[in-house]
Amino acid sequence: MMSDKIPILRVNNITKSFGTNTILNSVSVELAKGEIKVLIGPSGGGKSTLLQCINCLVLPDSGEIELENENIDFTRKRDLYRLRQQIGMIFQDFNLFDHLTALDNITIALRKVKKMGKKEARQRARLELDQVGLSDKETLYPAQLSGGQKQRLAIARALAMDPKILLLDEPTSALDPTLIGEVISVIKGLAVKGMTMIMATHQISLIYNLADEILFMADGRIVEQGPPAALLTAGNKSKSQGFCDRLNELAEVEG
Amino acid sequence: MPHALSVVIDSLPYLLQGSFLTAGIVVSAMFLGLVIGILMAVGLVYGNRFTQYLLTAYVWVFRGVPVVVLLFLFYFGLFTFLGLKFSAFTAVTIVLGMTTGAYQANIFKGAILSLPKGQFKAAIGLGMSEIQAIKSIVLPQILRMSIPAWSNEYSIILKDSALAFVIGAPEIMARTQFVASRTYQHLSLYITAGIIYFLLTWAGVLALRKLEKHVRIPGYSHHGNQ
Repeated sequence: MMSDKIPILRVNNITKSFGTNTILNSVSVELAKGEIKVLIGPSGGGKSTLLQCINCLVLPDSGEIELENENIDFTRKRDLYRLRQQIGMIFQDFNLFDHLTALDNITIALRKVKKMGKKEARQRARLELDQVGLSDKETLYPAQLSGGQKQRLAIARALAMDPKILLLDEPTSALDPTLIGEVISVIKGLAVKGMTMIMATHQISLIYNLADEILFMADGRIVEQGPPAALLTAGNKSKSQGFCDRLNELAEVEG
Repeated sequence: MPHALSVVIDSLPYLLQGSFLTAGIVVSAMFLGLVIGILMAVGLVYGNRFTQYLLTAYVWVFRGVPVVVLLFLFYFGLFTFLGLKFSAFTAVTIVLGMTTGAYQANIFKGAILSLPKGQFKAAIGLGMSEIQAIKSIVLPQILRMSIPAWSNEYSIILKDSALAFVIGAPEIMARTQFVASRTYQHLSLYITAGIIYFLLTWAGVLALRKLEKHVRIPGYSHHGNQ
């Protein structure tokens, strides 16, 4: 699956505590170009904090992050800004800019961060809107979009920055079941194009179909990891299989 | 024509000239307060603990001391002490601006805190600096949601501006008192002054309400939208 094995992202022994509460306990992850890793596990296991530590939205207490062999100095603002520009983040609850139209949600960072001209930024934004099927919504504000449209817009906003890696924090969890499909198909499209991703999700179809590797997190550690073929087979005693079985049961109850 | 009415009519141009000065004081003070308020709110929310203590102390001083005391303190005390020769107009503008700044700081602080935190995070996540995120994402939203509270502040400052007469700024109140003390038509003249203040309040609040509608974002509510 992986075209080259050299990791573009190295996360080494990241630890994060809030007060006396240790959220991440010496977590390490490596990611190769085009690779997709899926984080699963119980809530409170540290998935979200790990993702936010990777692009330094939450600063780790200790550990190292290396992007394309460049070590990030957590105390240097410029390092942090550069890292965040290159690693896109998709949030569970979208976090769109409520005062901006769909188009301007995308252009704002292009203009302020990438210093693009207005015209160029708009062109780029329209391209991204088209990619996620929102071409006809560019003048609408977030409040006028459905949940699925909001998340697709958030994805377009992140992609416009040409990120080397995309982090997705439960991208479908806040969505109405009927709207999940449109977001899943956008994410699958990204996978086909070779986007490098780390995604926390409870969405069985994303776990089974997209993951090159599954990372099972609990109590601030990665307690199990491996390709789906190894962890997710019927009757497997792995924690990941047990977890997915429960997700499946839940889906059947709901369905 | 009753004497009272003719006095009012004769002195009206003189009183209305004062309303230009009043408007000048209020507009400058509100603008100064806006700048102070925004900077302080940002400091109160995002600043370190030392900054927060300092700004909170400022807010308490200006909330706890009557405007007229501040006016005397600054005009006759502080400015003289510092050797600053400010006009009464400038002194009133500074004192009212700093006072409303303290109140506006609290208005904007509340607005920032009511904004969903994720938007700031998303902006930072796209590579914006904290200052860029505050300028492009936080401020445009909190300024919009603060307009109603701000128009309240406008009406308060407009009325407080009448205190400028105590240090001799020739605004509406000072001019009214001047005419009244010569013509003894206190009742009709102060009614006139009251009406002028009322009309200024009404016009300003109406204009701000128009502005609020004009900049309103479709479907937007104060607490995000989900």
